[in-house]
Amino acid sequence: MTDVPAFVDHLFRRSAGRMTATLARVLGANHLDLAEDFVQEALMAALAQWPYSGVPENPEGWLFRVARNRAIDVLRKHARAIDEAFAVREEALPRFAHELGDDDLRMMLMCCDERLAPETRLALTLKIVCGFSVDEIARALLATPDAIAQRIVRAKKFIRDNAIELTLPSREEMPRRLDSVLDVVYLMFNEGYAASAGDNLVRRDLVDEAIRLGEELPPLPKTHALAALMHLQRARLAARVDAAGDPLLLDEQDRSLWDRDAITRGLKHMELAAAGDELTRFHVEAEIAAEHLFDETNWPRIVELYDDLMAIAPSAVVALNRAIAVAMVDGPQAGLDAASALEVELDDYVPLHATIGELARRAGDAARAREHFRRAADLTTTLPLKRWFVKRIQGA
Amino acid sequence: MAKYMLLLRDNGSFAGISPEEIQRVIARYSAWRQSLGTRIVSASKLRDSDGRVLRRDGGKTVVMDGPYTETKEIVGGYFLIEADSYDHAIELSRDCPHFDFGTIEIRELQPTPTA
Repeated sequence: MTDVPAFVDHLFRRSAGRMTATLARVLGANHLDLAEDFVQEALMAALAQWPYSGVPENPEGWLFRVARNRAIDVLRKHARAIDEAFAVREEALPRFAHELGDDDLRMMLMCCDERLAPETRLALTLKIVCGFSVDEIARALLATPDAIAQRIVRAKKFIRDNAIELTLPSREEMPRRLDSVLDVVYLMFNEGYAASAGDNLVRRDLVDEAIRLGEELPPLPKTHALAALMHLQRARLAARVDAAGDPLLLDEQDRSLWDRDAITRGLKHMELAAAGDELTRFHVEAEIAAEHLFDETNWPRIVELYDDLMAIAPSAVVALNRAIAVAMVDGPQAGLDAASALEVELDDYVPLHATIGELARRAGDAARAREHFRRAADLTTTLPLKRWFVKRIQGA
Repeated sequence: MAKYMLLLRDNGSFAGISPEEIQRVIARYSAWRQSLGTRIVSASKLRDSDGRVLRRDGGKTVVMDGPYTETKEIVGGYFLIEADSYDHAIELSRDCPHFDFGTIEIRELQPTPTA
């Protein structure tokens, strides 16, 4: 018996996800709720006992045993199947695993079924694979608990109705099936990254979860590319805001605050990402993030990379980022022209107005700058950003 | 040294707790246990279900299912600790996270007179 005041980070969340995945494989995806109940009971048993007995030597093994026993108690006729599934799991119990088990991967693929809407995939993944509660997901995704709960209920119904199975695709099929999973991981990262500067810890957890999944998913080159991208962006997280929590522009950031360890990891993943012959948007975006790490930003190179990105994954948001790079190469007016072309399509998109505002200010058009900073301030939902835009309006 | 029994009563406020919160709560208890070190003589969770209450009724022993539900909070478990005095025992209990989830009753074990 040991008394470890600090656990492996997020042990309970991770264990919840792993146990649910293993149980669901035995019980079938149509009994997801039941699997989740058994898991919750195991966690509650730990909560009841460990305060008195201390944390056992192998906490995760303890949890797995209790969940298994509970499931066997209720589902006697499945006892053997449950027993076998858990025997395999306990043997391979990765206390500090760096690879998702087959069960977790199956579950992840199911949660990311392409027929589900991307936001639904994300909510379901957080709930089942990552062990977040509905309330935590709601806080992380800035939605109401009711809305999240409904989204998850509907997703589970969809899984039942369509008899979606927990299967692993063939080796040949895996790379394609993984695309949706990688998209969800990236969505998770962006949701967390977008506002993780504030005091909202749960959003920071999204960043960490996304990075963990990026590290543990099957290590195809595109997985490495995504992992590189996330590490390199995270490296700048601490430097993105000032002491008051207000955002800073890249050239205002204190580079000494960058996370060197994250940069090293990111660059390592970039190397591994170069192995295949497939060039994904994650590859290009990781390279863009890497370019931003140099003291002297090579803007012409960044424009080229955005051109590549437009060829692989064209979108108005990418075009907007390209416009910023163009402004750095050819001057604010050139960037302004490029950004203005997107005004209709991205009318509700805060960064569009922030960009046009800033470029207009630099081009000497104060009235236009104020107009767009005001629009950005009206649209934004996070307080630090609102403050920042108000400051910009006054400065324009 | 004197021994004190800490009876931890639960008020059932764990409903809807998330895995992450469960971990945090356990970590807090662990930290508290660690601060007590070897002063903990023994400790155990008591099973929440299947308690029995026995009563003698006219020569017959009557067995009733417990735990006593008249008391709003049931004893969830106990710690037996060593302390110098009641004040000391209170001091040691002050940081116990259990106050977020119920109450603690402290009782000194009746000392046996030394021969």
